[in-house]
Amino acid sequence: MGDLLRENTLYGNIYDWAIGIVGEDLAWLAYTVAVMAIILLVVNAFLAMGTLYTWAERRIIGRFQSRVGPNRVGPFGLLQAIADAVKLLFKEDIVPRAADRIVFNLAPIAMLAPSVMALAVIPFGQTSYLANLNIGLLYLIATSGIASLAVMMAGYASSNRYAMFGAMRAVAMLISYEIPLVMVLLAVALLAGSMSLVDVMTSQAIPFLLVTPLGAIIFFLAISAELNRSPFDITEAESELIAGYLTEYSGMKFGVFYLAEFANVLLAGAIFSTLFLGGWPWWTPLSHVWFLVKVMAFAFIAIWVRSTIPRFRIDQIMVIAWKVLFPLSLVNVAAIAIEVVAWPERTLPQLVIMGIINWGITAVATVAVTRAWRASNGLRVSPSARAVRLEVG
Amino acid sequence: MQPVDNAFQEFLFWLLAAVTVGCAVLVVVVRDMFRAALLLIASLMSVAGIFVLLNAEFLAVVQVAIYAGAIAILVVFAVMLTRDVPEANRSSPIAPAAFTMAAVLLGALIYSIMQAEWDLLPEDVPAPLAAVFVDTPARLGTMLLNEYVLAFEIAGVLLFAAVIGALALVRER
Repeated sequence: MGDLLRENTLYGNIYDWAIGIVGEDLAWLAYTVAVMAIILLVVNAFLAMGTLYTWAERRIIGRFQSRVGPNRVGPFGLLQAIADAVKLLFKEDIVPRAADRIVFNLAPIAMLAPSVMALAVIPFGQTSYLANLNIGLLYLIATSGIASLAVMMAGYASSNRYAMFGAMRAVAMLISYEIPLVMVLLAVALLAGSMSLVDVMTSQAIPFLLVTPLGAIIFFLAISAELNRSPFDITEAESELIAGYLTEYSGMKFGVFYLAEFANVLLAGAIFSTLFLGGWPWWTPLSHVWFLVKVMAFAFIAIWVRSTIPRFRIDQIMVIAWKVLFPLSLVNVAAIAIEVVAWPERTLPQLVIMGIINWGITAVATVAVTRAWRASNGLRVSPSARAVRLEVG
Repeated sequence: MQPVDNAFQEFLFWLLAAVTVGCAVLVVVVRDMFRAALLLIASLMSVAGIFVLLNAEFLAVVQVAIYAGAIAILVVFAVMLTRDVPEANRSSPIAPAAFTMAAVLLGALIYSIMQAEWDLLPEDVPAPLAAVFVDTPARLGTMLLNEYVLAFEIAGVLLFAAVIGALALVRER
């Protein structure tokens, strides 16, 4: 333990500086200081980015919807997020009388904690990862599992029917989409020959997006569902469930949920760019910037999808998870497993060959799924929904 | 370099042990079923913490992924199907028998742990042994697919059968 962080230069510098002051005898003190400093830095930078991202998302989505978006507070409305936070802080903190008070208060913490914990294994730039765990991918799966529990806590503790419905839907969706997600992570681990995120990144002679496009697509869809974002936002579908499991939350507790949701987009972007876009290795001095650009690109596409595609129904979401993404992820894993056996060195030309085969598989799979989908009328509007539409239209 | 010295490790161990046992006791005592389920999960998570202290990160992560990610959701869903959740965790007629059974098991465990001859590692672990700790998942994987491949496949078939069984049970006719 402890020396996990040694590869992080900033940590090393702080540690050496602290050792210089307190001496070798108090190494634990220097260790504590350095660890706390680095945690403070990473977590706050992440949350500040998340806050800023709420502004960016609202502005961009405004553009998509032909309106301006928040532009009043500060230059270009940049301080909107801070104004919102202040507003939320001053709001009355309401806990329903029938609520399970302790669980109700714990739920926002349990929601934010996993995303902060997941930061530990993300390689932000050269020598700026916290821990190069050899089980990094598994660690990500483990931390993301806690979030579905937090949703359940929020839904149950609110003792509100809408909150309960929202939570039930959320959990059904989260555990369904976790399966294709984990299968894609398995394929990536096979391809990289390691579960450490740093190794996955450095083994990408060409980005895995080009080597395994099917995996990247499945991952993107599954992570969009895990993030509870439109078109997968049935958990808080405003028109059906008020706000789902968030219904009874107000003030800063709501703010924490909100922040976790937006910060998770950035986290997903970081994971996606590490696994599929090659992470930071490009030009070392600017590695952080390069990484950030990729995260931003992911976030922009996520916003684009959110503002373009209307919400799916719960049955459609289940069909997509179980009948489309799950079989496709199995195909993906099988294909990559065979390819890894055939070309074990995974050098650049070998990766190119793998990529060509995988592009072929992706094309065939896409066509096959589309055909099967049409044949079974997978997304057919149910008769009742059609009746409603006819009445409205 | 070992910044986390033994005293601190010991402190962490006792802290985690207290949380594990405390939560486990509360699971039985608390009346609200939902809280009992959450406390059970907290207890299992602090066991994961103890695994980390023992340099078994892989086991710890698996513990969290399976218990907090999968079993927890299962337990919570089962709790949702119980009537009168806030009061459901009452004492039941089999409580004395269950208590006796648990006490006997605990006694047997403590006895066997105290009596067992632990094959402890020396202070400075020799190099070939130390290598085991560096890359546990890779070694586990190799062993599962070589020496223990039969057991691995049997477990796979068992799980597959369970999945088919679950599907057959919920299938609409």
